Amino acid sequence: MLATAIIVFREVIEAALIVAIVLGASRGIPRRGRWVSGGIALGVVGASVVAMFADVINGSFAGNGQELLNAGILLAAVCMLAWHNIWMSSHGKELADNVKQVGAAVKSGNRPLTALLVITFVAVMREGSEVVLFLWALAANGTGHLSMVIGGIIGLIAGALVGVVLYRGLLKIPLKYFFNVTGWLVLLIAAGLAAQAASLLNQAGLLPALGTDLWDSSGILNQGSLTGQMLHVLVGYTARPSGIQLLFYAVTLVVILTLMHWVGKRHREAAAARAA
Amino acid sequence: MARSLALAAVALLGLTAFAVSAADAPVEIHIKSQAFAPAEIAVPADVKVELHVINDDDLPAEFESYDLSREIVVPAHGQVKVFIGPLKAGRYRFFNDFHQESEGYVVAGDAKK
Repeated sequence: MLATAIIVFREVIEAALIVAIVLGASRGIPRRGRWVSGGIALGVVGASVVAMFADVINGSFAGNGQELLNAGILLAAVCMLAWHNIWMSSHGKELADNVKQVGAAVKSGNRPLTALLVITFVAVMREGSEVVLFLWALAANGTGHLSMVIGGIIGLIAGALVGVVLYRGLLKIPLKYFFNVTGWLVLLIAAGLAAQAASLLNQAGLLPALGTDLWDSSGILNQGSLTGQMLHVLVGYTARPSGIQLLFYAVTLVVILTLMHWVGKRHREAAAARAA
Repeated sequence: MARSLALAAVALLGLTAFAVSAADAPVEIHIKSQAFAPAEIAVPADVKVELHVINDDDLPAEFESYDLSREIVVPAHGQVKVFIGPLKAGRYRFFNDFHQESEGYVVAGDAKK
């Protein structure tokens, strides 16, 4: 039971951290709750489908099906996180005003609601499919049915709780800095997910490693520890990174920051032109 | 002179072919009764190596390694391929994420750490 609880917990926590930050980062966007819940629900369905077809996926694309699927959805999530942050660079102030209830309903038609849906969908589906696969196999083998279910539920609740704690913690940040903080968190998550995608494509033999073991910080912070694992999700921490991971990480950071800067500047100029 | 050059060239070609074929031959690891067999696999350093992880059990497994940044689900009675490296000489731990007591090591080069 405990083993089941721990495995489920470790998978759930990864999704929970991402959902918590997405919820924080989208604070004040009307109807975001509905879209995020929709993403979670679709993610659970998607996870079951992926688990059900694990064999088929594994055998497709010359045995690279898993890597291509996972890298694909990770990169989709990276694009959505980027879209969110770029949108925030021109609407962050409005949103902050909205949260403060000083009027200023968010007007723009292009709210990144789809982005919220896709990001939560991807996070839940990716980690969820492993949980489903693992539990399903245990069930099929008739290994202690009830204790397994209890273990799974405990793991699920504990993982979700970590997400709730993080979200509550985020809300304590003064509004003045709030979207700055969540913006950086979203940016680092995006870079970390891009690095994960790079690692998967390298694992499939589709990208070169560009050097392995660029450094080894596993002695300082083991990636397998709970802190290491959480930092892996939040900032892409990797104890022994390869060149391709670092490259994807850096390029993602630079591209998103540049676009944020550019779009934010254009927005301010347009606002100034209207005011003049 | 020309002949020794030609001989050297042939020898060099032979060596290159050998080095490539060493990296080309996939290395097999089985998962049997929730354990990796063999639990330690030797691979050459500084070349890309293809691993085949073959699951002989009724349970799915997840071949995972923090040291190698690898993770892939291995369906019950399924098989996956995973490329690793080119690795520096050393020991790299991997484990079954669905059964964390199962672990093994990739040993690259003649590392005796």
